[in-house]
Amino acid sequence: MAFLVVQTLTGLASASSLFLVASGLSIIFGVTRVVNFAHGSLFMLGAYAALTLEPAIGFWPAVLAAPVAVAAFGAGVEMLVLRRVYGAPELFSLLATFGLVLIIRDGVILLWGPADRLGPRAPGLQESLPLLGSNVPAYDLFLIALGPLVLGAVWALFRFTRFGILVRAATQDRGMVAACGVDERWLFTGVFALGAFLAGLGGALQMPRETIHPDLATQVVVLAFVITIVGGMGSVTGAYLAAVLIGVLNAVGLAYLPHATLVLPFVVMAVTLVVRPQGLLGERPPAGGTAEHAAPPPLPAWGRPAWVAAGVVLAVAAAVPLWGGGWLQMVVAEIAILALFTAGLQVITGLGGMISFGHAAFFGLGAYGAALAHKYLDVGLAGGLVSGTLLAAAGALAFGPLCVRLSGVYLAMLTLAFAEILHAGATQWYGVTGGDNGILGLWPGGVFAMPWAYALLAVGLVALALLGLRRYAFSPAGQGVRAARDNPRRAEASALPVARLRLAAFLVGGGVSGLAGGLYAWLKGSVFPGVLAVETSVEALVMMLLGGVHSLAGPVLGAAVFKTLEVGLATRTDLWRMVLGGVIVLLVVAAPGGLAGIGNRLRGRGS
Amino acid sequence: MSALLDVAGVTRAFDGRTVVDGVSFSVAAGEAVALIGPNGAGKTTCFNIIGGQLAADAGRVRLDGRDVLGLRPGRLARRGVGRTFQTAAAFPSLGVRANVQAALLARRGGTLDPVRAARRRHRAEADALLARVGLSALADRPAGVLAYGDLKRLDLALALAAGPRLLLMDEPTAGTAPDERHALMALVDGLVRDDGLAVLFTEHDMDVVFGHAHRVVVLADGRAVASGLPERVRLDPTVRAVYLGGDSADAAEPSSRYPESPPA
Repeated sequence: MAFLVVQTLTGLASASSLFLVASGLSIIFGVTRVVNFAHGSLFMLGAYAALTLEPAIGFWPAVLAAPVAVAAFGAGVEMLVLRRVYGAPELFSLLATFGLVLIIRDGVILLWGPADRLGPRAPGLQESLPLLGSNVPAYDLFLIALGPLVLGAVWALFRFTRFGILVRAATQDRGMVAACGVDERWLFTGVFALGAFLAGLGGALQMPRETIHPDLATQVVVLAFVITIVGGMGSVTGAYLAAVLIGVLNAVGLAYLPHATLVLPFVVMAVTLVVRPQGLLGERPPAGGTAEHAAPPPLPAWGRPAWVAAGVVLAVAAAVPLWGGGWLQMVVAEIAILALFTAGLQVITGLGGMISFGHAAFFGLGAYGAALAHKYLDVGLAGGLVSGTLLAAAGALAFGPLCVRLSGVYLAMLTLAFAEILHAGATQWYGVTGGDNGILGLWPGGVFAMPWAYALLAVGLVALALLGLRRYAFSPAGQGVRAARDNPRRAEASALPVARLRLAAFLVGGGVSGLAGGLYAWLKGSVFPGVLAVETSVEALVMMLLGGVHSLAGPVLGAAVFKTLEVGLATRTDLWRMVLGGVIVLLVVAAPGGLAGIGNRLRGRGS
Repeated sequence: MSALLDVAGVTRAFDGRTVVDGVSFSVAAGEAVALIGPNGAGKTTCFNIIGGQLAADAGRVRLDGRDVLGLRPGRLARRGVGRTFQTAAAFPSLGVRANVQAALLARRGGTLDPVRAARRRHRAEADALLARVGLSALADRPAGVLAYGDLKRLDLALALAAGPRLLLMDEPTAGTAPDERHALMALVDGLVRDDGLAVLFTEHDMDVVFGHAHRVVVLADGRAVASGLPERVRLDPTVRAVYLGGDSADAAEPSSRYPESPPA
C-alpha cells in the first residue's frame, strides 16, 4: 500500500512535465490543426538549454530562461517552415514536423554531443521527505503542485487576455477569426511560441529527474501524442487529466506489469481512439476527413512508353545482381524491397486516402513472421516469406476494422499506436522475440545463399507483387476505394461498401508490405525491433512522397532515390539524419507532388 | 394509388430546439414532389433523415410499406433509393464512365473483386446511362474537370445507376445556369413520366418548383404548413404569409428570383 502511494506520487510528478508538453501540443493543434511531431524536440531543447545556462545563471533562473529561448526558437521555426504547410493535407504537415525532429536531433548532437547528460539538483528541494516509511523527493512534490498551477495560469490566459480569447475563438472556427480581420499569421506564431514555451519549461523542469540525451525527443513526443489524444485534441484541461492518468498508470504499471510498461500507454490511446475518438474533453472530429483539399489526380493508365520504361528498369535491376559486386547486389535488393514496402503504404494512403503513420507495423510483422516461423518451426525461406506475409495480412485484418472509420490525424495516430504497441511488444517480449538482441541466423539455404541469386529473387518477387498491385489499383476494389477516398458521402449513397473497400486496401497494402518485411529479414539475416519503429514508418512516407503519392511508379523511384541518398550520405557524414530532415522539409514545402510532380510541373502539366 | 414513400410524424431536435416537428407527407410512383420553405424551415434536416444521413427522434418513414427509418444510405440505396447532392462532386479522380461503372459495380455486388479490370465491367450499361443524362461526349474525361452543370448530370447518373424507385434530389439545380436548369429538370420529368420514378426534391427556384412538381409540400418552422397541387399551394394565404412575410401580392407570380441566394 505504502509502495503504491509512493509510485503514484512519482507518477503524478512525471504527469506534470508530460502535461506541459502535451498541453502545448494540444493548443497548437487546436488552432493550427498541425500535429507537431517536433514538440518532443522542443522539450529536449528546453532541457539542454537549461543545462547549459545553469552554471552561468543558477538553477531557477535557468529553468525560466530556457523556455523563453525555446519559445523564440519555436516562433522562428513556425515562420520559416510551418507557415507554409497550414493549408496542406495533414500528411504533409506531419512529415514536415518530423523533418524538424531529425534536424534538431542531429543539431543537438552537434552542439552538446551524443552522451547522456545528468542535470544538477534543484537548490532548496534536494531533500527527501519521509512518507509511509519511504522517501519522496521534495522536488517531486513541487512538480505535483506545479501542474495544476500551470493549468490555472493557462486557463486564466485563455479566459482574460485578448490573445487567449482569440486562441479559443480560432480553436472553434479559425476561418471566422480570419474573416473578422485578425491577422492569422501572428496569432499562429504566438500560439506556436506559447506551445514551445510550455514544452521548453517541461524539459527544463525535468533536468534533475531524468538523464538528457538526443533520443529523448521521440520518446517524449510519442507519449505527448498519447496524452493529447486521450485528453482530447485542443483541450488543455483534458491534457491535464490524461497526463495524470498516463503518468500514474506508467508508474504503477512499472510495479505490477513490468513487461508491459511500453505497451500500456498505447493501448490506452488505441482504446480511446476506437471508443471515443474525440478523447475525454475534445470536440468531436469532423466526419469526412480531408474533403476540403483539392481532389487527387486521376490514376494514369500506362501507355506503351510507360511499359517499356518499366521493362528497362526491371532489366537493369535484374542485370546488376548478375554483373555487379556483392555490395551492389545488396543495395539493389534493398531498393526493390523498400519499393514494395512503400507501394503497400501507397495502397492505403494514396489509393485509400487513409494516412498511415504506422506502416512499419506491417513491415515488422512480415519480418518477425518470417524470422519466428523459421526459428521455431524451421520453415526455411519460402515458408518464412509466406508466414511473414500471412502474419502481416492477419495484422491488417485484426486492426483494419478499427481504422477504417477514422480519418485524418485521428487515423494517423491510431496507426501509430498500433505500430508502437507491436514495437513495444517486440522489445519487451524477450522470451519470444529476443528483445533488443533480435533474432539472428536467418540465412537462406541452397542457391539463394548466394547474394546474386537472392537479389534476383527479391527483384523478381517485388516485380510480380508490383504488377499485382497495379492490377488491384484498376480493379473494381481498387477503383472503389479511390471512389470512397474522393467522395465518401457519394460512395455511401451509391451503396459502395466503403468500410469493406478500405479494409481490403489495408489487407492488400499490409500483405505486400509484410512480404517486403520477410524479404528484408532474409536479406539482412536478422530482425531487430527497429523494423517496427516510428522511424521505419516515416521512411516509407518519405519514399512515397519522394516518388509521388499518386503515381504507381512512385514507390520505385522514391525507394531508389532515398536509398541512394542514404548510402551516399551515411558514408560521408554522421549528420545524415539532419540532411534527410532537410530534404523532407524542402520536399514538403517546395514539392508536395514528389519528384514525379516536379517533372510534371516542368513539363507544364501542373501537379 | 398507394404511396411509395410514406413519411409520418418525423421529428428531430438539435440541442433542445425542434427543427423538424411531426412532418408527414407521401410520394407516389410516377410523381414529383417538391419540398419547399424558407431558410431554416427544416428542409435539409427532413431530407437527410429520409436519406439516412441523420437519425430522427420520432416518426416513421416507409418505403413501399416497409420501415426504412434509420437505415444507412448504402442500405437505402439497395432498397431502391437514389440520391443526388446539393453540391455535386461525384468521384473527381475517376473518369466519367468509370464513375458510373463504380456505382453499377456496387449495385451488382462486384465491387470487392481485386483482380479483373474495372473498365471492362458494365461498360454498355454505363454508356447507356451517360447517354440518358447527355454526357456521352465526355465519357472519357476525368470527372474532376467537368463544368458544374455536367457534374450535376453525372451525379444524377450515379443516382440512377443504383436502379432507384425513389429519387431524392437535394437542390437539383443549385449553382447551375438557367437554361441548364430546365434541361436538367426536363430530364427528371422524363424519368417520372416514362419510368414511373418517384422524385422528392428540395428547391429554391420557384420556376423549377412550379414548372416540374406535381405536388408541393411547404415547411415552415419545422412543420408542414401546406401541401397539395402547385396551383393551390401558390394561392394558399398561409404559404404566402410564411414565404413572403405576410402581405406581398406578388407571391402568386412565379419568379425566377431566389427567396434566398443558393449556395455557391
